[in-house]
Amino acid sequence: MTAARLAINRLRSAKPLDAEAVDRFLARHEVPVVEGDRCTFLWRGEADEAWVCQRIVGLPDRIPLRRLHGTDLWYLVLELPEGSRVEYQIEIRRGEHYERFNDPLNEKRSHSPMGSSSVCFAAGYETPDWVLHDPEARPGELRDLVLRSRALGRDAHVSLYLPARFRPTASYPLLVVHDGGDFLQYASMKTVLDNLIHRLDVAETVVAFTHPGDRLAEYPNSAAHSRFLTQELLPELESSLPLVGQRAGRCLLGSSFGGVAALSAAYRSPDTYGSLVLMSGSFVFTDIGTDHGGGPAFDPVVKFVNRFRAKPRCVADRIYQSCGVYEQLIVPNRSMVHVFESAGMQVRYTEARDGHSWENWRDRLRDALSWVYPGPQKLYYE
Amino acid sequence: MTPSITLLGPQRRPTLDRVLSSLGVEGPVAVVNAGWQEREADDAEILALAGGERAGNLRLFGRWMDVLRADPEYAAAEREHRLVLDELQQLYLIRLDHALQAVSAVAARPDGHANTQAMALEDALAAVRLLDATHVARMQELHAAFYATWRPEERGSIAGHREEVRGLLAAAECLVVAGGHVGDLLRVLHLFHVSPHLPPRLVAWSAGAMALTPRVVLFHDRAAQGASLTEVFDAGLGVVPGVVVLPHARRRLLTDDHPRMSVLARRFAPASCLVLDDGVRVDLGAGGALPPDARLVGDDGRITEGAAA
Repeated sequence: MTAARLAINRLRSAKPLDAEAVDRFLARHEVPVVEGDRCTFLWRGEADEAWVCQRIVGLPDRIPLRRLHGTDLWYLVLELPEGSRVEYQIEIRRGEHYERFNDPLNEKRSHSPMGSSSVCFAAGYETPDWVLHDPEARPGELRDLVLRSRALGRDAHVSLYLPARFRPTASYPLLVVHDGGDFLQYASMKTVLDNLIHRLDVAETVVAFTHPGDRLAEYPNSAAHSRFLTQELLPELESSLPLVGQRAGRCLLGSSFGGVAALSAAYRSPDTYGSLVLMSGSFVFTDIGTDHGGGPAFDPVVKFVNRFRAKPRCVADRIYQSCGVYEQLIVPNRSMVHVFESAGMQVRYTEARDGHSWENWRDRLRDALSWVYPGPQKLYYE
Repeated sequence: MTPSITLLGPQRRPTLDRVLSSLGVEGPVAVVNAGWQEREADDAEILALAGGERAGNLRLFGRWMDVLRADPEYAAAEREHRLVLDELQQLYLIRLDHALQAVSAVAARPDGHANTQAMALEDALAAVRLLDATHVARMQELHAAFYATWRPEERGSIAGHREEVRGLLAAAECLVVAGGHVGDLLRVLHLFHVSPHLPPRLVAWSAGAMALTPRVVLFHDRAAQGASLTEVFDAGLGVVPGVVVLPHARRRLLTDDHPRMSVLARRFAPASCLVLDDGVRVDLGAGGALPPDARLVGDDGRITEGAAA
């Protein structure tokens, strides 16, 4: 598609180019305007400057919008490859005053513990149907569990997911999810589990959603956190629930720092867990020196990852690893694939045109879980 | 006496009533839909198709649940047995993956001497056949050891159900076995000792048809995690000899990938890979012989009628 044909260019040549023309244009188009691999971001209002703010690696954090001559409409055309999903905000300057906010012309929002942002679906991106509520899918049950953890020195809260048709006489694999509350809230993980189990894509699985205390202390290679998982939570669950209770039926899942927590727990107990799901793991490392650029929170991470890279260890049979190509962490994640493989672990690595976001991690769940615990599709012949 | 057997394609558009009518079945019909698991009791439609008041559900899944509730010791043992079988299956899959990769690698070699390549390919396939055969044998060993240890015929909860099932089968003119979860179906067919008491006629489809063969083969090239290995799962009842049944073949297999399908057919030879797609009806002849119009996967990977395969 040539630039001349873009909707914004047609508007530019409109005569007269006045407020009514802009009104008609906005009424006709969904914003951002997606035309092939071109996405036109828009903001309307009075300001001295305006930007689109996003965190795509390789692009400036703030990209200026241009004012459409004679109007109060600002625009920016970005090339976004097919299948991209980009979270962004608009920032404006009026005199000395700066303001950042979600795109008022776009209703699509992405949510996280840090707040919300606008989201642009480039051509080819579709929200998977299995993340949406399916009335046909029988719902699993969420139960609260509180465990006094000596390792963590606090009560550990766990949200326990029992699949629909849970039977004490059956035998279930276990998935332990770091940042469990966020996975439930921002990655729709209960709905996802209900749907994927209903569709036979994923085995009926018991899932322990753990809730961290101070995650910046507990997740980056913490011995206490690992002890909690392996010596407290696991025995409690395996003694009270009909779980497989073997390495092949135990999996740790985590994203970002949670990925480091999962890896480090398996590292400390290499015979315990059969699988790991590591999404956008914060596997920051240095090849020389100590300047990793991640700030003090990453110091223990870098120390751990450097040690792991120097002497890779088989800590699980299989690793599902994913990362968004627009993330800062894409290079560290790519760099870890061969490290994991060199230790004798089977790795399934996928990339998405997405960022460090809960919806990226949500969208990877089908691929990850159906690989780690494949559903019984193969056994059903109706 | 060997029952007369009719295998059907998936019953999304049911043909069961017409099939039973064409077979002249007028007496009691025993129905097994244990593959539907918890939905076993939703049987109004299948019973109506199977003859209405003449049809009765053997309720094998419900009986199995009864056993597990009534006999916790057996339930625990069976659960442990299942875990052992699962582990063996996983270890088999690891070995199978390598063996099939070897087949693919040999088949994909360009150039070279055609005869040499054909010999190497045949040897690679023979290794896969050996792997499949030893896997089934190991599974059978484990089953035999389990049954020898836990002697279900002497456990009250199981023996009572077996006796009831035997009585219902003895009175039936025909047994209808529906599809569903082939693992659970096999388990209950074995547990309640159905095989020795088969009535004179059998009609089965999908998982039900698979359960009648000597080897149950699982396949799904379009699963969520991508094309998976076609794997031997366990021994079936073996009343349909020399056949590997492939229900929903066109939906589940990459049937246009002829090299892949060729490996499938040659791997299970001399057994025939029988395609049971929608609308298919296969009336087996004496000794389980396939009719000439049965649709089979040929050595070249193409699906053709039996005479041409």
